[in-house]
Amino acid sequence: MRVAIFPTCLGDAMFPRAPIATVRLLERLGVEVAFPSAQTCCGQMHLNTGYADDGLDLAATLVDAFAGYDHVVGPSGSCVGSVRHQSADIARRRGRAAFADDLDDLAGRTHELSEFLVDVLDVVDVGAFFPHRVTYHATCHSVRMLGVGDRPTRLLDAVRGLRREPLAASDECCGFGGTFALKNADVSSAMGSDKARHVVNTGAEVLVAGDASCLLHVGGILSRQQAGIRIMHLAEVLASTEDEPALVATP
Amino acid sequence: MSSREVILGRIRTALADVDAARPADTAARVYASQSVDDVVAHFCEMVADYRATVHRTTDAATTVAAVLADEVVSRLVVASDLAADLLAEVGADVEVVVDDPGKGVGLSARDLDTMDGVVTTARVGIAATGTVVLDHGTGQGRRALTLVPDLHVCVVRVDQVVADVPDAVALLDPRRPQTWISGPSATSDIELDRVEGVHGPRRLHVVVVD
Amino acid sequence: MTASGRHPGTIGAGEGALHHPDVDFPHAAATALADSQLRANLGHATATIRDKRAAVVAEHPHWHGLRAAGAGIKDDVLARLDVHLEELERQLQAGGATVHWAADATEANTIITELVRATGATEVVKVKSMTTQEVGLNEALAAAGIAAWETDLAELIVQLGDDAPSHILVPAIHRNRAEVRQVFLDHMASAGIAAPADLSDDPAELAAAARTHLRDKFLSAKVAVSGANFAVAETGTLAVVESEGNGRMCLTLPDTLISLVGIEKVVPTWRDLEVFLQTLPRSSTGERMNPYTSFWNGVHPGDGPQDVHVVLLDNGRTDVLADTVARQTLRCIRCSACLNVCPVYERTGGHAYGSVYPGPIGAVLTPQLRGIDTPLDKSLPFASSLCGACEEACPVAIEIPDLLVHLRTKIADEAPRYDLQKAAFKAMKAVLGDPDRLARAERGTAVARRVLSRSGRVAGLPVLPSWTTTRDVPDLPERSFRAWWAARADVDGVDGDAGPCAPGEGS
Repeated sequence: MRVAIFPTCLGDAMFPRAPIATVRLLERLGVEVAFPSAQTCCGQMHLNTGYADDGLDLAATLVDAFAGYDHVVGPSGSCVGSVRHQSADIARRRGRAAFADDLDDLAGRTHELSEFLVDVLDVVDVGAFFPHRVTYHATCHSVRMLGVGDRPTRLLDAVRGLRREPLAASDECCGFGGTFALKNADVSSAMGSDKARHVVNTGAEVLVAGDASCLLHVGGILSRQQAGIRIMHLAEVLASTEDEPALVATP
Repeated sequence: MSSREVILGRIRTALADVDAARPADTAARVYASQSVDDVVAHFCEMVADYRATVHRTTDAATTVAAVLADEVVSRLVVASDLAADLLAEVGADVEVVVDDPGKGVGLSARDLDTMDGVVTTARVGIAATGTVVLDHGTGQGRRALTLVPDLHVCVVRVDQVVADVPDAVALLDPRRPQTWISGPSATSDIELDRVEGVHGPRRLHVVVVD
Repeated sequence: MTASGRHPGTIGAGEGALHHPDVDFPHAAATALADSQLRANLGHATATIRDKRAAVVAEHPHWHGLRAAGAGIKDDVLARLDVHLEELERQLQAGGATVHWAADATEANTIITELVRATGATEVVKVKSMTTQEVGLNEALAAAGIAAWETDLAELIVQLGDDAPSHILVPAIHRNRAEVRQVFLDHMASAGIAAPADLSDDPAELAAAARTHLRDKFLSAKVAVSGANFAVAETGTLAVVESEGNGRMCLTLPDTLISLVGIEKVVPTWRDLEVFLQTLPRSSTGERMNPYTSFWNGVHPGDGPQDVHVVLLDNGRTDVLADTVARQTLRCIRCSACLNVCPVYERTGGHAYGSVYPGPIGAVLTPQLRGIDTPLDKSLPFASSLCGACEEACPVAIEIPDLLVHLRTKIADEAPRYDLQKAAFKAMKAVLGDPDRLARAERGTAVARRVLSRSGRVAGLPVLPSWTTTRDVPDLPERSFRAWWAARADVDGVDGDAGPCAPGEGS
């Protein structure tokens, strides 16, 4: 089984904690992980802003980099969602049929982290230890594009020491939405503030999600409000063990 | 060129990509009528759920008379072909006005507005949705009859009740006028808060006859 | 055809003051967001209807099958729309109706105005209809000296208050009960029977006031104007789905009935309605069935209007049909489920969309009907975080997020070569498209981290004001994943492209 990590461009540059934790977690579970460094970005932000050809050119870096791997694992519902459910369709609309077939092939091998753990590795208890109160935000693309369902919460609930507080309106959008956060900053902020309020109301120490983008958005609001709640990627919680605990510092 | 030809021409141009050999009816119909254990009991429950008053009875005439008495109806309108035995027990103090537009004795809308209530039969009852369907055939009158008076007493036989919408659609003739009624008139237009009673009959009694 | 290659006409005068082509969505939304009463009204109303819808959808064991069938039936209709419309016309005529065709809003208004004039009536009663709003019929009739009375409660509230509709199903959703009471007290008297002086804000009392106000209009009306939810080609049957009974009044009591029907409303067979009569009420009002559905088939002797007209409306629909990707927009049955679940609509309300079609479906439908020319229409496809709640709720499975992206692509394709945003995305692509450049940029980020901030957190970055007004910029990482991987590979002396991971780094 040849497995490649897909850190995503955002995870690579802005939130490396998530892909690093993913690598450590998978290796702990006995999976040999490769990082094909020719990959850069899935092109989702370009595709979603209307720059279809530029976005597809970016997605091409993934097709090349992940050739020959049985499984590609990304700690992002959004980027995996774009690979799985968006880029091939757009490629066909742009008349790039052969490339679309390549993207379909890649889509068939690409998994969001919780899917890979539960469906491919068939594991729910990953042996993690994380003695903290957390709440989980189900990010839009993981829920509605990929349909990860209860996989992330099953994984969290199997973590020793972890107490999960229910989050009101947990699958309502946090308001990030890529360029939406900039082009419609007021609406985006209003949505994010409501999400942050729900998070604060849980009394949790940590907000967990499967997408760094959403975490950075809500985390930015929580930080501005000095709410005292840390953001962590699902991978970081699952990578935490008694021997190598993830640190939960005051943000 | 007429607008008819313009629009049809635009459509044909727009559909240039569609294969002319495409089969006409390709939609998959992977659904069925909801199965209901006791169709009549479920019908009664669902009708009541939408705030109509349900009466299950073996004696329609007595029940109809009791409803009219309870509702203090003094002027009742019915279709000319309503079975007479349904009104056999109605008290002598109730004036029964017969609407028969076919014979030139149709009531005007303003006349209908002076009526306290109307008694009709129905064509179909739908259990899953608590709906009575009028096709304005025998005993049901023209559409205005069950609309303008503020009280509608609708008599449904148990053998007219079907489980779900597809069963009803299969029984109904789309070339007849139809009125599907699920509870009394209602609105959710203020704060999406449902309140009963706007323009249609504000009181609906459904008499289910075994 | 116009210079932009579109058919002339499109959305008419109906939006009135609502339609400011120069005010784009973000600016209109900012105004709406500042209105705390509006946000409270919308939050309360959408939460109520969302829960009701979810319950009646969840209890239906065949929901997914119904949804797929609804989408499939509509796709079948669209694939041979000309054939179905010709059949519908034949059947309507056989049933005694007169059929008219209107290529655009102006023609629809002209046809209907002339039909009303021919009866000698100076007023009409109206059933709530999106198509008549779309073409601006009330304004056209008013210009011809004909008063059009809206009879749906929410439409009445909007009309009396000289307001604009903000929701497809509940046009006065932006008003709470206290505001409705005030509108009735202030304006009912000048339009007919006044509201009782002691009117409270109890919704049941408000509904009763509307009943009294409109009763006389119904009983004396000679002409009614309606839309139709469905038109059955094989039988010429039209359907109106409603709750209050105002629809039945209009469809039954007047002598003349004129129905304006969008060409996409046709379904091939009577049986097809078994699907939509289950999905529409559950999706729109969250009920298993709406209180009243009326069907008629031309003229029924001795029952209802004896002078029946049907106006089939294009008004940009054939432009939508011509776009092979966006064609599915025409599946829409106007249930408004997508509005109720949309986190953007919930916070901005409908007016910000500048169209009679607000919310997610409006963001895809309006620019297609109207053309993507104004700042407003260019901004509508971006009025979404692409969260997908709309698609999930849609009873005919319209892929709204995908269509929004499709329209964004059209806008980008047509943008001028030196468009600022286009240049920025090109520059971004140049970095993101090349692993070496990306690695250099990431090293630059680490430098920026040291320069910009003592703590690693940047509070008010001047280049990103739209982000930093409400949000802190995230901690910039010490080093990228890529750098971490390379360093680890160096330690282990293995190739940078693959290999086991050294412990002790990361979190």
